[in-house]
Amino acid sequence: MRETEHISVAIVGSGGAGALTAGNFLLEAASLAGWHGLLTRTVGPQIRGGEAAALLRLANRPVECLADRIDLLVGIDWLNVDRFGAEIEIGPQSLVVTDPAGGDLPAFVSRAGARSAEVPIKDIAKSVPDGRPNMVALGVAAGVLGLSEQDLSAVIEKRLAEKGDKAIDASKAALKAGIIAAAQLDLGLRLPPPKARDAQCWLVSGNEMTGLGAIRGGVRFAAAYPITPASEILEWLAPNLAKVGGLLFQAEDELAAINMAIGASFGGTPALTATSGPGLSLMTEAIGLATATEIPVVIVDVMRAGPSTGIPTKSEQADLNIAVYGLHGDAPHVVVAPQSIADCLFTTQWAVYLAEVLQSPAVMLSDQFIGQAVAAIDRPADVAFIGRRATAVPQMGAYKRYAVAGGGVSPMAIPGMPGGQYTADGLTHNERGIPTSNENDHRVQLDKRRGKLEQFSYGDHWATLEGDGEVAVITWGSLTGAAREAVNQLRAGGFAVRLIAPRLLLPAQPERLQAALEGVDRVLIVEQTHGGQFHRYLRAHYDLPIEVRLLNRPGPLPIRASEIARAVMEWRS
Amino acid sequence: MSKAPSIPPIFSVADLLAIAYRIELDAVERYGVLADQMETHNNPELTRVFRDLSKAESIHAAEIREMAGDADLNGRASALHSVWRKGESPEEVDLGAAHYLMTPWHALQLCLAGEKRALAFFTSIAETAKDAKVKEMAAELVEEEAEHVNLVYRLLRKYPKPTDSWCQDGDPPAAQD
Amino acid sequence: MSTAETRTICKPGDYKSDIKPIWCPGCGDYHVLLSFTRAFAQLGLRPEDTVVVSGIGCSSRIPAYLSCYGFHGVHGRSLALATGLKVSRPDLTVVVASGDGDGYSIGGNHFIQACRRNIDMTYVVMDNRVYGMTKGQPSPTTEPDFDTALFPGGTGLSPFHPLVIALASGANFVARAFSGEPNETANILVEAIRHPGFSFVEVLSPCVTFRPDEREWKNLVHPAPVAATSDPAKAARRIMTDDGFNIGILYRGERRPYQIKAATKAIDIGELEKDFAL
Repeated sequence: MRETEHISVAIVGSGGAGALTAGNFLLEAASLAGWHGLLTRTVGPQIRGGEAAALLRLANRPVECLADRIDLLVGIDWLNVDRFGAEIEIGPQSLVVTDPAGGDLPAFVSRAGARSAEVPIKDIAKSVPDGRPNMVALGVAAGVLGLSEQDLSAVIEKRLAEKGDKAIDASKAALKAGIIAAAQLDLGLRLPPPKARDAQCWLVSGNEMTGLGAIRGGVRFAAAYPITPASEILEWLAPNLAKVGGLLFQAEDELAAINMAIGASFGGTPALTATSGPGLSLMTEAIGLATATEIPVVIVDVMRAGPSTGIPTKSEQADLNIAVYGLHGDAPHVVVAPQSIADCLFTTQWAVYLAEVLQSPAVMLSDQFIGQAVAAIDRPADVAFIGRRATAVPQMGAYKRYAVAGGGVSPMAIPGMPGGQYTADGLTHNERGIPTSNENDHRVQLDKRRGKLEQFSYGDHWATLEGDGEVAVITWGSLTGAAREAVNQLRAGGFAVRLIAPRLLLPAQPERLQAALEGVDRVLIVEQTHGGQFHRYLRAHYDLPIEVRLLNRPGPLPIRASEIARAVMEWRS
Repeated sequence: MSKAPSIPPIFSVADLLAIAYRIELDAVERYGVLADQMETHNNPELTRVFRDLSKAESIHAAEIREMAGDADLNGRASALHSVWRKGESPEEVDLGAAHYLMTPWHALQLCLAGEKRALAFFTSIAETAKDAKVKEMAAELVEEEAEHVNLVYRLLRKYPKPTDSWCQDGDPPAAQD
Repeated sequence: MSTAETRTICKPGDYKSDIKPIWCPGCGDYHVLLSFTRAFAQLGLRPEDTVVVSGIGCSSRIPAYLSCYGFHGVHGRSLALATGLKVSRPDLTVVVASGDGDGYSIGGNHFIQACRRNIDMTYVVMDNRVYGMTKGQPSPTTEPDFDTALFPGGTGLSPFHPLVIALASGANFVARAFSGEPNETANILVEAIRHPGFSFVEVLSPCVTFRPDEREWKNLVHPAPVAATSDPAKAARRIMTDDGFNIGILYRGERRPYQIKAATKAIDIGELEKDFAL
């Protein structure tokens, strides 16, 4: 039995087998035991009854990306699993548990040369009254991993409480039967006992953390139009905003959603909407309106594979262009990107803060991977960023909404304030907000809006900077975790590599990146796009060393830590 | 206007003067609005004409103000508001008849139409009022309005009716949004 | 209208800003501006508690000409802006101004949804049956045989019937006004703002530059032959059979307006985290 730092498990099944639920329970039980973990899922195109795989990685430290290889693959059945064969990499060391009644082993499994063991999951489930195959599979996985039946039972009791005692008992029985069946199996790998956690453990998705970050930042109005993979943000916010005295309102389309958020913000309420690529495209006109009228608003884009309708259930990083360049005219605004599930909390809160302080729209580029993955994380620290908008106490007749003063942020009158009346206008305007075509007014306001963003001090949050060395890996968003793992591996092997991951994409911070690249002569840019959008963004805004290489791939497959490490190693001089 | 002004129930001289005052103030405002329009649209001659008309109406208003003595004309007009605002004001200047290239002749035609309507309004009150004092005051106002009508006719002598080319613009319209 | 009716000392003139309109002299919108100021004065609205929200087009320029708060937004989305504003600030009086292009074409879907929601606000569309600001294209209410550059000989399309759409979608107050009767229009606006829920007022407002034929409207408009009804079926029949020039309040509904929940005492944000903890 070899001790390992991390173990990866996949549970697959179709037709309502419940593989995803099994994966959720497994993560939760492992978290109760004290391990960290990350769970993603992949599904077929059906709404019900489709093929599904839960992919789980457990370790003794925070997990931010999936491993190269699945160590344990439990197949409830194999129908149509070939669809995501490329996402479930197994090798000769992997153990595949298969139900003889679950169909032929798919090609990607038999090709891999993995060890296999038969467990009659469906029959075992039938032998237990009301037994479900996914609970048996859960027991098998838990047994192989050495998770305690007690922890698993606790999870079953909590999560199936609504279904009643009969369902709970049946599930526990099926679980037990699965654990027993696992006794004959030997993975050959073992995780060391979990370390005691300093902080409370949370089981959360990036989308949930986005919602909480918004509320912590001060958002009290959200406009909602559902779209995969962002809908969960809005679903979480609906009851939780109400609990804190806020409101979520469903719009008829994304055009209405962004305009509603802007209207609420104009009325003084920090506001947010969440969407994905197609919705962001629709919203760009109104984001420009918020820019021109200097109204704070946060737009979360949970990126999915594009272009157009794309692959709604898969991650990609190719909305960078539209977030940064998608507004017509010269319209500087804020763009930020969280780097992990936990970071969704911080970055959303920061986005709200920046939007309110700078009176600007802030686009936050999350993605399907961190949006929908679930992780066991340490409770994130409370952060002091709460949106604080400069509001006016105007004198009658003298109020200039867009007065040019130091810093470029002009106090905003809120409807209800006597003497502060002004008309917010998308038309180019002067300091009073009156439309003008005068070249000086236009220039003055353009300078003001750009200046307020550029003069602001963003602090160290602008980027993650780790390590030292002549080679730097530059990436962003959900790839930060994989890049960090690669860099750590290389460092452990004696090779120093820097990691640079901007959290603030707009306004660009050329001086700060220059400082971060001091001593670096080679840069590997890693991104999940086909067209190298991040590479071009870096070239547009920053000076890079002469030697630049690009590691990019569009979705749906994530870029693994080992791929990044290999690309750096190939480049050693 | 498509609607003839309705005659509100006028029970006292103070009421009558309040309404007459409000009519004049409306006219002051309306000519002011037209003067602003002409100024924004670069017609200085008509800007002057409408400013002069606005000033003339404010003099009429001041005369009525004096006739009314201490009476709270604004308060009374407001009180009668829900009744007499059912129709359009007699001296309501038809803003719809304005044109950025209009000539003084056109402006005076607008003014004439307004004054004639006011004349007809007060004539009708003079004929139908029950109260003798109201009748008397209405008759006085009729004379005032008749004088205004005559004045406008005299002014029109100075301005011939323009030819059909008065509204020719060398440029096409400009889109702004 | 949700604000308490206090008689302030604002005269109609107090509701005008110092900005001079760019509308062509003769434009019906000058009268509509007048009607707004008279209505606001009659209602005793405080300018600082009133917001006029608009889209893009000649009529949508109106917020800048008033001394209230205003928002001149993007084309077709004024109702969305106003909705977000009103549900988060129910204390404000919100009036939305639009035109036939902004409101019925690009704004069409938002119009239908706003009527459905029946949120307490007033929607005033200045209909001149043409896209005036962009120089004369047909709008959804343009007559099918009206000749334009984009559609020589006319579109041949059946005109949009906004009053029927509003009624069918659930608007709680439906009226038609004519800009050339500013007092009557002001009276209608007062009633519309006072009436709870979504009030829709279509104001026929001639475009003197691109539709000089609309000068004829003053001879075509006439009071609606019968007083407003609260029965949508009756209203539908009357509206479908009128000649398009019936002036007055046509429908006064009794639908309960959208209930904007007042913000209750918030629980501590820390309470929300309990769902995440193991």
